[in-house]
Amino acid sequence: MTVNGWLQIALFVAFVLALTRPLGGYMTRVFTGERTWLSPVLGPVERGFYRLAGTSEREDQHWLAYVVAMLVFNAAGFLLLYGLQRAQGMLPFNPQGMGAVPETLAFNTAVSFVTNTNWQNYGGEGTMSYLVQMSGLAVQNFLSAATGIALAVALIRGFARREAHAIGNFWVDMTRATLYVLLPISILLALFLVWQGVPQTLGPSVEATTLEGARQVIALGPMASQIAIKMLGTNGGGFMNANAAHPFENPTALSNLVQMVAIFAIGAALTNVFGRMVGNERQGFAILAAMGVLFAAGVAACYASEASGNPLVHALGIAGGNMEGKEVRFGIALSSLFAVVTTAASCGAVNAMHDSFTALGGMIPIINMELGEIIVGGVGAGLYGILLFVVIAVFIAGLMVGRTPEYVGKKIEAREVKLALLALLILPLAMLGFTAIATVLPSAVASIANPGPHGFSEILYAYTSAAANNGSAFAGLTGNTDWYNVTLGIAMFVGRFLMIVPAVAIAGSLAAKKTVPASAGTLPTDGGLFVGLLVGAILVIGGLTFFPALALGPIVEHFQILATAAHSG
Amino acid sequence: MLKQIRPALVLLVLFTLLTGLAYPLGMTGLAAVLFPQKAAGSLVMRDGTVVGSALIGQNFAGEAYFHGRPSATLGPDPADPSKSVAAPYNASNSMGSNLGPSNPALIDRIKAEKDALAATNPGAAVPMDLVTTSGSGLDPDISPEAAFFQVPRVAKARGMDEAVLRALVAAHVDGRLFGIIGEPRVNVFALNLDLDRQAGG
Repeated sequence: MTVNGWLQIALFVAFVLALTRPLGGYMTRVFTGERTWLSPVLGPVERGFYRLAGTSEREDQHWLAYVVAMLVFNAAGFLLLYGLQRAQGMLPFNPQGMGAVPETLAFNTAVSFVTNTNWQNYGGEGTMSYLVQMSGLAVQNFLSAATGIALAVALIRGFARREAHAIGNFWVDMTRATLYVLLPISILLALFLVWQGVPQTLGPSVEATTLEGARQVIALGPMASQIAIKMLGTNGGGFMNANAAHPFENPTALSNLVQMVAIFAIGAALTNVFGRMVGNERQGFAILAAMGVLFAAGVAACYASEASGNPLVHALGIAGGNMEGKEVRFGIALSSLFAVVTTAASCGAVNAMHDSFTALGGMIPIINMELGEIIVGGVGAGLYGILLFVVIAVFIAGLMVGRTPEYVGKKIEAREVKLALLALLILPLAMLGFTAIATVLPSAVASIANPGPHGFSEILYAYTSAAANNGSAFAGLTGNTDWYNVTLGIAMFVGRFLMIVPAVAIAGSLAAKKTVPASAGTLPTDGGLFVGLLVGAILVIGGLTFFPALALGPIVEHFQILATAAHSG
Repeated sequence: MLKQIRPALVLLVLFTLLTGLAYPLGMTGLAAVLFPQKAAGSLVMRDGTVVGSALIGQNFAGEAYFHGRPSATLGPDPADPSKSVAAPYNASNSMGSNLGPSNPALIDRIKAEKDALAATNPGAAVPMDLVTTSGSGLDPDISPEAAFFQVPRVAKARGMDEAVLRALVAAHVDGRLFGIIGEPRVNVFALNLDLDRQAGG
């Protein structure tokens, strides 16, 4: 580790923190229907959309109607994306003449983008036409992110409203998230990225004659517009196979820094939206602080492990940190930081190949995803994820002192705790259940690229990433088989929607409750004690659930490497 | 449920038109006006032909050029297109090796690379980035140490003075942005292009 490496990490954190309050304030105004400086332009568009759709911003929905609207919208998006991939050969914007995407791959990809996972069993430049990239994949980048933000706002309303039967209107929240938040920032971000060197063209691949006279076919495309929303919406699906490691997707250290900030910006701002809407910004800062503690620990562990390098390589007489699968312009600090950021949020973009990380360095992304991506997290998903843990944390605290727990003025009772546990148990079931089946199924084991415990880690990573809706991979695993296309698709679906429904049910249940004034016996949830309690609850639940699986994969691999290096040295 | 079908379909169509066509096409138009060269892929021309992109690494194998990092990209086998064979710096199929840290194939590959490199500059420490593949397989850069490591070999092949070559490499070292962001690096393609230009002129 170097001082300069830590300086870059500190710079990143400073940027995110500087954006949290301004963006949080702006988003609060957007979702409470107040005027913003974009209203003169976007207001008429917004109202026109509602009129055509037959809905109105005055129409408030019960939580069940909210969930149904969300599910119908996502189902329609899934069908459209599946259809576009199957028909791409007959559609325009296809200069490389790509043919139809096979059935199971198209199924996997459609689920993947609708659930904000963006797991990629395909290589972008070799499979998808420009039309599918722009009008299929990138549209879901916007809409799955908007869906997540809408759900988070609905859950916040559950805490903020008193004796209300409704939690907002899905169509309005989703439309506002896209028009006022995602689209304007994406436009600025896309222009910035082109300035840094990211291509934005509809022209076909270019054939170059290299200095040594060889032929090099350089794939191009309308990348900048797609990468902007892929980062901002924590989607993560790359235009190119190598994702943000590709010099076109992420040409400079500066584009890398800005892309990382974009991944965290909305998720961090949503904690501030929460604080503002429940009437005490400190409640939001406390949640962000708990996230910060876990984030700092992850960065330190990952960076330390990558910087110390691979003992088996050192035994060959080559000194230095682990550079396999990393780009020189990012180096070890920015590659480690990116890996932690992308898995703390549910982004899944990668600027280095996680499969080639050191055993412990590669374990950190797995842990981040296993905890449910609640360290800032996916846009919206991170906030409702951590609020589920908050429910558990205040419940545990309540048990310790023998009082009915309260959080931001709402009594947390059996129903909320049961629903939160249901949502939190779905994830490990999908992650560990599918991993267990795949490790005994010969056709699934055949997809493994690396021998020994690392092969197990590849499978564990795949289902963890799918169920957590991350989308990054230990990419050596051959995921484009019928087994993985279908089961990863199911894991993504389960991890997204079976988590959302209980979360919105909690919102409905909380919204209907009275607000109780804080008393001497109320646990303050805006201070250090609560931050510690929340971090503790997350680590205990996560640790008990996942430690055995980690011990079989990265941990045993780490000791195996140490033992082998000791013998050869 | 039926009540939700109209807004679902209408908004899906409207947002597909807005975010799936108007936004990317608008950005394409704007990028073509503001940053035409970069939007088209930062292509580099020499004598009227495209010789590469300033951002994309290319394969250098000859003694007279500085080499980039090993690349794990694959391409279709000319004999049987359903199979893949090694095709370093294939810019239409970016990928890393995805070899895990404990994989003997990784360690064997690194050892072979190291032995080959050590023979070209005996006694010097082999830099890490010259024996490891990049994440994209298209890394345009090497570390300054990796560039200086190759000076004796290139100088010999070109019949150049090592000190002159060393100065040229030093001129191609890009530092960190504001002294903090990123890592020092040398763009191999730009360096080799310059090398050819000097030799030609």
